[in-house]
Amino acid sequence: MSEHTVRIVVDGRELEVPKGELVIKAAQDNGTYIPRFCWHPRMKPVGMCRMCLVFIDSGRGPMLTTACTTPVADGMKVDTTDPAVKKAQEGILEFLLINHPLDCPVCDRGGECPLQDQTMAYGPGESRFVEEKRHFEKPIPISDLVMLDRERCILCARCTRFSEEVSGDPLIEFLDRGYHTEVNTFPDHPFRSYFSGNTVQICPVGALTATLYRFRARPWDLVAVESTCTHCTAGDRIVIQASQNEILRFLGVDAEATNQGWLSDKCRFGFGYINSDQRLTVPLIRDGDGFREATWGEALDLIAQRLGDVIRTSGPDAVAALGGARGTNEDAYALSKFMRTVVGSNNLDCRMDDTLDAEFLAATVDRALISDIDRAKTILVWGPDLKEEHPTLYLRVRRAAIGSVPGLVSSNSDAHLAAAAGATLVVVHPRATGLDPVADFKLTYRPGSGAELLAQLRAGEGRLAEVRAALAEGPVVALVGRTGSTEDPRLAEAVAAFVRTLPDAKILPLARRANTYGALDMGVAPTLLPGRVSISEETFTAWGDIPRKPGRDCRSILEGALAGDIQALLLVGADPVRDVPDGDLADRALDAVPFLVAVDLFLTDSAGRADVVLPADGFGEKEGTVTNLEGRVQKVNAIVPGAGQSRPDWSILDDLARRMGSSLGFGSAEAIAKEIAEVAPAYRGVTWDVLDWEARDGVVVPGGEGTQPLVYLPADTPGPIIKADLVLHSARTMYDDGVTMRHTPHLHRLAPGAALHVHPDDAARLGLGFRARVVGSSGSATLPVVTDPSLARGVVYVPFNQPGCPPLGSDPRVTVEPA
Amino acid sequence: MNETRLVTRRMADHPADSHTIERYEATGGYSQARRSLQMGRERLVELVKESGLLGRGGAAFPAGMKWSFLAPARPAYLVVNADESEPGTYKDRQLLERDPHQLVEGIIIAAVANEVHHAFVYVRGEYARPARRLQRAVEEAYGRGYLGKDIFGSDYDLEVVVHLGAGAYICGEETALLNSLEGHRGEPRLKPPYFPAATGLYGKPTIVNNVETISNLPHILELGADGFRKLGHPEDTGTFLFSVSGHVRKPGNYELPHGITWRELIFEVAGGLREGRTLKCWIPGGASAPWFVPADHLDLEITKDATGRAGSMLGSGAVVVMDDTTCVVRAAQRIVRFFAHESCGQCTPCREGTSWLEMILGRIEEGAGREVDVDVLLDVADNISVGLAWPPRMTTICPLGPSAVSPVSSITRYFKDEIMAHIHQAGCPLR
Ligand SMILES: Cc1cc2nc3c(=O)[nH]c(=O)nc-3n(C[C@H](O)[C@H](O)[C@H](O)COP(=O)(O)O)c2cc1C
Ligand code: SF4
Ligand code: SF4
Ligand code: FES
Repeated sequence: MSEHTVRIVVDGRELEVPKGELVIKAAQDNGTYIPRFCWHPRMKPVGMCRMCLVFIDSGRGPMLTTACTTPVADGMKVDTTDPAVKKAQEGILEFLLINHPLDCPVCDRGGECPLQDQTMAYGPGESRFVEEKRHFEKPIPISDLVMLDRERCILCARCTRFSEEVSGDPLIEFLDRGYHTEVNTFPDHPFRSYFSGNTVQICPVGALTATLYRFRARPWDLVAVESTCTHCTAGDRIVIQASQNEILRFLGVDAEATNQGWLSDKCRFGFGYINSDQRLTVPLIRDGDGFREATWGEALDLIAQRLGDVIRTSGPDAVAALGGARGTNEDAYALSKFMRTVVGSNNLDCRMDDTLDAEFLAATVDRALISDIDRAKTILVWGPDLKEEHPTLYLRVRRAAIGSVPGLVSSNSDAHLAAAAGATLVVVHPRATGLDPVADFKLTYRPGSGAELLAQLRAGEGRLAEVRAALAEGPVVALVGRTGSTEDPRLAEAVAAFVRTLPDAKILPLARRANTYGALDMGVAPTLLPGRVSISEETFTAWGDIPRKPGRDCRSILEGALAGDIQALLLVGADPVRDVPDGDLADRALDAVPFLVAVDLFLTDSAGRADVVLPADGFGEKEGTVTNLEGRVQKVNAIVPGAGQSRPDWSILDDLARRMGSSLGFGSAEAIAKEIAEVAPAYRGVTWDVLDWEARDGVVVPGGEGTQPLVYLPADTPGPIIKADLVLHSARTMYDDGVTMRHTPHLHRLAPGAALHVHPDDAARLGLGFRARVVGSSGSATLPVVTDPSLARGVVYVPFNQPGCPPLGSDPRVTVEPA
Repeated sequence: MNETRLVTRRMADHPADSHTIERYEATGGYSQARRSLQMGRERLVELVKESGLLGRGGAAFPAGMKWSFLAPARPAYLVVNADESEPGTYKDRQLLERDPHQLVEGIIIAAVANEVHHAFVYVRGEYARPARRLQRAVEEAYGRGYLGKDIFGSDYDLEVVVHLGAGAYICGEETALLNSLEGHRGEPRLKPPYFPAATGLYGKPTIVNNVETISNLPHILELGADGFRKLGHPEDTGTFLFSVSGHVRKPGNYELPHGITWRELIFEVAGGLREGRTLKCWIPGGASAPWFVPADHLDLEITKDATGRAGSMLGSGAVVVMDDTTCVVRAAQRIVRFFAHESCGQCTPCREGTSWLEMILGRIEEGAGREVDVDVLLDVADNISVGLAWPPRMTTICPLGPSAVSPVSSITRYFKDEIMAHIHQAGCPLR
């Protein structure tokens, strides 16, 4: 017995279990399942359903006690099989069933319902209840995404606890009391939470159902596959379920390393686009103002010929590619290899000019793991609003900051929660963020002045000295990224450089788009080769003779197109017109480039201007690997076939290479993965076999046999301080006008919409009425005005990429006038 | 048989103005509070321990011992439980209304004894007048410098807040009370921690005591531990307020020492029954308590232990007397209905089971009972309170659910025939 364990006896078996563990968990980990409804391993116990009553003897004789609220103690004896225990459990089930409508045949949960299952296992034969059952109005919508049937509810408080404890938006609560207790929302406050879908997943009955999934399938008709969510870069584990070749549901998987079972509603419900009838299904070739359908052969031959012409007449550097972050590592590797070995150009970038330096993202020193957040003494978030852009990281940071440790017995009082020591949380962002309510320190600054604040943080007095003192308390985890599209990307790196001066600090560099880290690791950047290798690194010989001069990044590619230097541009899952902050530049560049190819799922604003459009396989339609922001490599898996004639990116590029008289030498995605595991130093040994069979939580690279040739020190050059009368902050929201959202109508509807947020004083000063015209460095719009006292004076905020508003540019200086 | 007046002395002697600060001070009030500041913590706790004072809120837990459990962390809080909502209990009401300064003085003593600088009085929502009187008394005490900063010219600060509940019986349970005070739903907290003295209000060490318990403190200081002990029974010291109601000629609050018999209480103190009526049964300690019947219990001594050994409790001192005109099914149904109505709803057995019991009893009373209902009744009760034992072996978080079982276990035990008569005659045999 170590100092961290105690001995207990469960049903006559002596066990050594971790100190402080709850009896229900200790028993379960040792093969004894105690029935339960309200207990959830990721939330604090409430002991409400009473289903887990067992005999616990702590020295004063066996007493019926709830196993979910009792921590183990040395010498404790637990009896889960005594007839009195069985009787108590049967009694509870009978109580739960007396008012249950038993409408299982029309309930979504039927077939996967804990209440149904436990009734079969532990329940009484038939009901002795002859009275009138409790009635409520049958399912009522409590948000756009969730329906509530109070008759089915067993009042386990999982949903209410989730929204209070985990997501921090307690919009769903118990009303009334006793026999009349019901779960509900407050009048005029719908359950509008970014995380509402989790309550549907953890509800032990069919009381909470997802509007989207209602009556769509029965559990026994579903096929399922585990995969990795690619809405953001956290690498959240999911199960995808489909029926008759249609994806119907995503569920969160409790992976300790990443999402711990939770998902945002965007991840959970944001798959509608995959099933959209707007998907591209055949190759298209420009025909005047429109397109005509073509065969793959015809389309690829045309591309091969036009690329060949450009390379011959203007050289390989006249060809460029943007994108690659939406697919798998295998796709990205194919793009990287295609550009380097077939075209001979380093002009490729998976970033849309809206994130950070490629080397920093891919290869910074002192990189943290997500789980380091749990153990941090101090957490610094200087980057995007996590709630909007990295929702599951928001949950994790929030939990760490509150310091409520699931599994710990505590009273059901908030104050008690707060008393449990949490990490000190420092949030730095130009406006209010989702984490502010749990932050110990919140620093706000005007876009363009971040460098000034950073200097003060290094040397300032008063409150800043307090923050500095907090940051001196390690271990520190710093989540750094670009707070918005008008911020100089070098600021985040300078923040990282500052973080490196702290004792015991690690860095999680934040980029948002899907597989950005994987694409960078595959070399889809002007300065990188596969496996975290610098383009100039001569020891990388796997691809033979390749250009070694750094190529153009996204911005430079667009500028090159405008200047006539880029003659042919490949867009691979990229929509620069919507995604690049300098939308105007992207717009003109795409107009100017003589030959434009788009590989995409949809005819996006950008693809609509292409000369050739190729339909690609999307998420859930192809197998491969992706890499998250920690550098964790995990599998994505296929469950449905692609739309029409769509193909995976790698296969399109492989075919194209052959038609250009070259070859990438690929036979399958798995073969590419093998090649990556051989040639990319950081990925050495990371094959699908390893991921499928050995590494439950994926592999953080470089792991095992891997090495990382490029180790990047963040540069301490925060960029210039920009001051102006009015400065613009523009950042992404969870729901926006991005292409996947646009084709997922029920979420697209939830986008906040284009608006100009301004401090009331500024609105008065500028004489703004209901609408105002805002002119940015690279775009302008006339928008509804929203006054927001939480903004600093002189700062205006426009949510990025909303329906009806173009990007306004990456310079913070703007002018606003009444319209 | 005469009352032994301690906490009700002043209101008996000065019925017109016992609640005013003038009368209070004129009759020696606040001198013990002043003394307590001189005595200091340890001596005060010792004194209360030696006095043998048992809590008057229902559980009869030794007050001095509770105080000595108070965890060392500070701030710590004192909460006075004035939520008095148990059917039949109305003693705190009188103390609040007729002698509020006695409570304030008690609060000062308890605060000093426990090194508390913030006290709260949680008053039952329906007690508008008692709350006004108390609020007034607190304001007067502030006015004279007995509360607030540097009380009585010492360097001791004490703030007192009077808080009105919102009409839930369960908020009398001390941890539900704390939740309610914090602004949460009035739901009992999980045990452990068993005592708020470890983790209470806002997660801080907290003493929760009943109004009557606290009102006794000035008298203990005045009489000394021995003087106080001498008043009562050796095991149950001091006096006890009985709220006698029901079919007696003189219902009311009576302050008495422990140790008299039920016969004396019902037939002498409370004036006995009306002409021609006979005693059928009584509830010895509030709606939660199992009932007593004349054949078995009339000559029992009224002490905590004797009542406990006989399978019930003195609880909050509410004695409800029922004569032979009482339909016990109806009486039980009304009590169960009360508990079902007041269940907070957290625990499945209490939320669902108490209402189920209520429905079955209601059906039997209306004449729609079936023979099998008696078994169902007993088994449902058993699933809330295992074996219908006393003190209950609960399947719930707090004792409210099991409280609803007491009337069921009582009538099935003593009045089975009357239940069966309801079933067989399809209605109440007494009507
Ligand atoms: C359901 C329930 C209701 C209660 N109601 C009251 C009440 O109204 N007043 C009261 O003083 N104690 C009440 N109590 C007892 C309190 O929980 C607590 O034990 C008491 O206030 C402690 O004070 P004491 O030690 O001075 O008796 C109740 C307990 C339960 C379980
Ligand atoms: S709705 Fe579901 S999760 Fe919420 S309390 Fe009811 S049964 Fe539990
Ligand atoms: S026993 Fe009843 S009143 Fe007590 S906590 Fe449980 S549901 Fe609430
Ligand atoms: S699982 Fe333990 S009380 Fe619900």
